[in-house]
Amino acid sequence: MSQILGLYNYWIVILLMMAGFYNVIARGNLIKKLIGLNIFQTSVFLLYISMGKVEGGTAPIVAEGMATYSNPLPHVLILTAIVVGIATTSVGLSLVIRIREAYDTIEEDEIQQLDEGP
Amino acid sequence: MSNFISDISLQIDLVDIVLLTILVVVAVAVIRVRDLFEAVVLLGIFSLLSACIFTTLDAVDVAFTEAAVGAGISTVLFLATLTLTARKEKAQYSHSWSGFIVCTLTGGALIYGTLDMPHFGDPDAPIHQHVAPRYIVDSPEEIGVPNMVTSVLASYRGYDTLGETTVIFTAGLTVLLLLRRDRRSRDRSASPPTAETTDRRGSHVMRHAMVLRVMSKLFIPLILLFALYVQFHGDFGPGGGFQAGVIFAAAFVLYALIYGVEAAQRVAPPARVQVFVALGLLLYIGTGLASLFAGGNFLEYKVLAHEASHGEHIGILFIELGVGITVAAAIINTFFYFAGRGRA
Repeated sequence: MSQILGLYNYWIVILLMMAGFYNVIARGNLIKKLIGLNIFQTSVFLLYISMGKVEGGTAPIVAEGMATYSNPLPHVLILTAIVVGIATTSVGLSLVIRIREAYDTIEEDEIQQLDEGP
Repeated sequence: MSNFISDISLQIDLVDIVLLTILVVVAVAVIRVRDLFEAVVLLGIFSLLSACIFTTLDAVDVAFTEAAVGAGISTVLFLATLTLTARKEKAQYSHSWSGFIVCTLTGGALIYGTLDMPHFGDPDAPIHQHVAPRYIVDSPEEIGVPNMVTSVLASYRGYDTLGETTVIFTAGLTVLLLLRRDRRSRDRSASPPTAETTDRRGSHVMRHAMVLRVMSKLFIPLILLFALYVQFHGDFGPGGGFQAGVIFAAAFVLYALIYGVEAAQRVAPPARVQVFVALGLLLYIGTGLASLFAGGNFLEYKVLAHEASHGEHIGILFIELGVGITVAAAIINTFFYFAGRGRA
């Protein structure tokens, strides 16, 4: 029981990661792929934040009467990663827009057909 | 059972487990739906749920960022892309079994890898032994800022944050290059839209949404004020440049959504917004150079004033401001380009 409770967060992280991964490799729609990447990314955030949690700790802001704080380092890494994530997602989305303008579709197989066609 | 519930940490575990399970359900729903609009809205819900989980895991700064970015800006950008591309995914005839097998194998291997990991919340885990005690025990005296996340972000790891701000600057630049209309294609279009015609079209969108117009007018000043509070109170509570920048940009995006992009561009001319994307980064680097000229290392703030902790305060204030300006300007700029692509 303690094994399950102790590792539950990490197992959920892996489930989410694989859900995002499946969306990226199995779907042909480019926007769906980006959504999958976003889910994958959030699962990595959850992994870091879960590792930073300390039993009985509180948010890492100095407060009266508090002795135990959770680890602030993963929080720093992830909070900047989220903003970098939206910046890279916006680059991906603008690439999708350009692909749509050039090929008139955002389905991977149709783009491939157009490239191979006469 | 009452004994079981009375244990506070177990209660938090229960909240954690329930929220994580809902998160998986939403993720599966995102995969299954064919309508991209539904998928994007579900992704917004997914982000908001993960922000709730971050709060229960003590990561208040992270939760703040995720709620503003994931549930707010990211959803708007995805929806803007949908209006420019297609709403429905092409119906696929079968699930990809090879993809499913690859995912199952990878997932199985990763789960096998977790079996000897330190348990969730274990205070003796290796991650809590290395540099973390230094940040938790010494940073309040060394930096003089109660929020440890801010002191690590802006002071101890100022170089990393400079790198991340540069990534945001570069991404803003890339969107500009990808979605900019070049002069040739603009000349070719027979009648370039004048300010008047586009204005009428822009305001037409929400002309009848009286509730939205009135409420957004009430809310926008408060959102801007809150962004400034988050910016300058980040040393003492959750917040800082990244969150403030996103919230500040959200106010402009809201204005553009309801009153039309042209109206928003009159308030924030795109040419000027682009200057601010670079200006924030320059402010960050300038702070580093100032400490260099004052006799310290690059980004060593304690030489900026006579007293070390006072110098740290000044340094953190300026670099957080630089981050906030770059993030806000990059997001406003990106939204303008996404929204402007469909017109003209």
